[in-house]
Amino acid sequence: MTEERIGVYVCHCGTNIAGTVDVEEVSKWAGEKLKKDGVVVSRDYKFMCSSLGQELIQADIKEKSLNRVVVAACSPHLHEKTFRTACQKADMNPYLCEMVSIREQVSWVHTDKRVATEKAKALISGGVLRVAKDEPLEAIHVPINPATLIVGAGIAGIQAALEIADSGFPVYLVERDSSIGGHMAQFDKTFPTLDCAACILTPKMVDAGDHPNITLLTLSEIEQVDGYVGNFTVTIRKGARYVKEDVCTGCGICIEKCPIKVIDTNFEAGLGYRKAIYRNFPQAIPKYPAIDTEHCTYFLHGKCKACQLFCPTQPNSIDFEQQDEVIRIEVGNIILATGYDLFNSRRIPQYGYGRLANVFTSLEFERMCNAAGPTEGRVFLRDGITQPKTVGIIHCVGSRDKHYNNYCSVICCMQSLKFAHLVKERTGAEVYEFYIDMRTAFKDYDEFYQRVLQEGVNFIRGRVAEATDAARLPGEEGKLIIQAEDTLIGKQRRIPVDMVILSAGLEPRADSEEVAKKFGISCSSNGFFIEKHPKLDPISTLTEGIFIAGACQGPKDIPASVTQGAAAAARVLGRIQSKELALEPIRASVIEERCSGCRICNDLCPFNAITFNEELNVTNINQALCQGCGTCVAACPSGAISGTQFSDEQILAQLDGILSLPINSGKVKTLESVPA
Amino acid sequence: MTDQTNFEPMVVGFTCNWCSYRAADLAGMSRIKYPPNIRLIRLMCSGRLDPTFVLKAFEGGADGVLISGCHPGECHYLEQNYKMLKRFLLLRKMLIQMGIEPDRLKLLWASAAEGARFAEEVTKMVETVRSLGPLNWSKVVDSNGGHATVIPVLAKEEVTA
Repeated sequence: MTEERIGVYVCHCGTNIAGTVDVEEVSKWAGEKLKKDGVVVSRDYKFMCSSLGQELIQADIKEKSLNRVVVAACSPHLHEKTFRTACQKADMNPYLCEMVSIREQVSWVHTDKRVATEKAKALISGGVLRVAKDEPLEAIHVPINPATLIVGAGIAGIQAALEIADSGFPVYLVERDSSIGGHMAQFDKTFPTLDCAACILTPKMVDAGDHPNITLLTLSEIEQVDGYVGNFTVTIRKGARYVKEDVCTGCGICIEKCPIKVIDTNFEAGLGYRKAIYRNFPQAIPKYPAIDTEHCTYFLHGKCKACQLFCPTQPNSIDFEQQDEVIRIEVGNIILATGYDLFNSRRIPQYGYGRLANVFTSLEFERMCNAAGPTEGRVFLRDGITQPKTVGIIHCVGSRDKHYNNYCSVICCMQSLKFAHLVKERTGAEVYEFYIDMRTAFKDYDEFYQRVLQEGVNFIRGRVAEATDAARLPGEEGKLIIQAEDTLIGKQRRIPVDMVILSAGLEPRADSEEVAKKFGISCSSNGFFIEKHPKLDPISTLTEGIFIAGACQGPKDIPASVTQGAAAAARVLGRIQSKELALEPIRASVIEERCSGCRICNDLCPFNAITFNEELNVTNINQALCQGCGTCVAACPSGAISGTQFSDEQILAQLDGILSLPINSGKVKTLESVPA
Repeated sequence: MTDQTNFEPMVVGFTCNWCSYRAADLAGMSRIKYPPNIRLIRLMCSGRLDPTFVLKAFEGGADGVLISGCHPGECHYLEQNYKMLKRFLLLRKMLIQMGIEPDRLKLLWASAAEGARFAEEVTKMVETVRSLGPLNWSKVVDSNGGHATVIPVLAKEEVTA
């Protein structure tokens, strides 16, 4: 083996590192003290990741014939790829470049410059000893299946599906509900332009439903996900609709004839009715109705069958014998766009939802305003005939509240302003908005706020204490009284109103944890799916090939959801176009001569990559299935399994390095006085 | 005996690439401070943790070792953190038999979102090890030819246990 010639590069990162770590001293120290470990050159530079910084490394690789590089800078999760690519361009194997994190792990978390400097030295020493044990490797190339699975057909999912399908690649669009469209299909108007939600959404729904490249799977849920990026096998349970999709024309006669009326708690938010055979709304996609077996007379008592009797198609479209179908599909990438759940307003009893008739949730109000909704767009109190004369709108219900959710739900301010406008427009009622802070960022939003202000809506800044029907003052009888502290004048206010609208916040789906587990991703502390990087990669996850879009990543309005859907699609398309993906060559392999055939490792692999060769009495590891976790490497009593990139030699060398300098408390001994 | 007042514990942390290493990154990004006594080694998964690494760390001068992985059920490799958990429990028993206080080995579940928690737990760990004092591996293990030297405090604990 050729002698190691290591270059050490210490980054200032402006003052991010240099402010707390004496980078010049560190660099000088590495050049002198680590000479024995093979360091031939050590430099510091303002921004190592800049092209000048990279050229510095590349020039040294050529001129000083370096064969190993250590970059002490930020986290490897940020710039490992940058520096490896730079090394590769200078004809060095990229996997012989190591990064040492002296920013996230040193300068940003410690304050004492001397202490931080010593820690940086120790970590670099670990990096130098480790890099000497690195082996040249080749990236693993996996083919990418051009098909994509999109879970959730709200606006984000539909957008992503259309982007990919329009580019000519197959998409499986899976939706749990009987129709696609998501929450947006329930809304009437969309802020800030007030265009009708259905008018802008339904054309997209039709496109998605008719697209030759989109396979629509409604009433369907993901059961299992196997495989890895490029090659997922997904098991989907397609629920029985009891209507044959290949013959049904969607005429709707069955719905008309069905004698069973049930309260629609799903799409109509409990305000309206639907039949036991139903379609969420007239423009639903797919157009075929579905039978609700919990209420259908046939499923309950074995009789009725009115729908079947009146169905005009030949052969008959109604099929009571239909069963759930289990479908297995192969896809290369997956986009999760599973959306949100609305905060359950019953959790805040003092706002009276569920107890006081005329307290409505935001979704109920949306349905009420919708021309296709239960009141055909007219705003009524719960009795269904009286128009309200005064309306109170409460912001931040379940949001920005340490008892429920700490986060801001983003959409509620704008949604409440929209409600105020709609109430004014439809009833001319007096409107009171109770807000904590008015958050109207983004294009044209504040203009809308100004418009609503000019329309004469009253704004009261303060969190509402309660909404009650207990009248105390004259003029309060028969009204709902909203009590809040007006923080702008420093007084308690009691506002009697006819109707209260709770602008409920957005929450992660109730089963988001379960879904995350299925797809091998994780949730942040508030339950939304966690992204790869909060700013620079909000649509990727830590699991290769799984992307997230829309409100499942965090509260979001429609434009942001559409943007994320399109962004996720663009990322997937890039993957599909390049046909293959280079993965880090982190894999375990068995050194057969050393394997004793003890089979301890055999049960450890959750990816079934480990098999036992009975004939030779040795274990084999399938490189295509191995994900590189290294659990078997750690378990082998004979040291017969080696893990590339994280071998025992590499880890133990790094350990030696980081332990080679004592902890400096900043107040005692200097480095020289302590024997290593 | 080393001067207690000047004792600065050395803690080695083995972190999972997907969760706790990122939690450490997040602590950094959020500029949350913690004692400089911890030095991290990144593994792809806590399941990669060979118990030898822990013993080598103690032998090499560490006064404490932190192992951190994804929360149960959140392992990037499905279930490998459970395998580490088994090793951890066994390792703790082994440390007791070797005469090393088991609190020198700490297990931390930390997700990528828990930067603040990571910093907090590291701080606690460093203080725990500081109160235990230096490990003095050579006294505990080497001098006895690798055999256990029962620590008095520990012996008492064992009786009550």
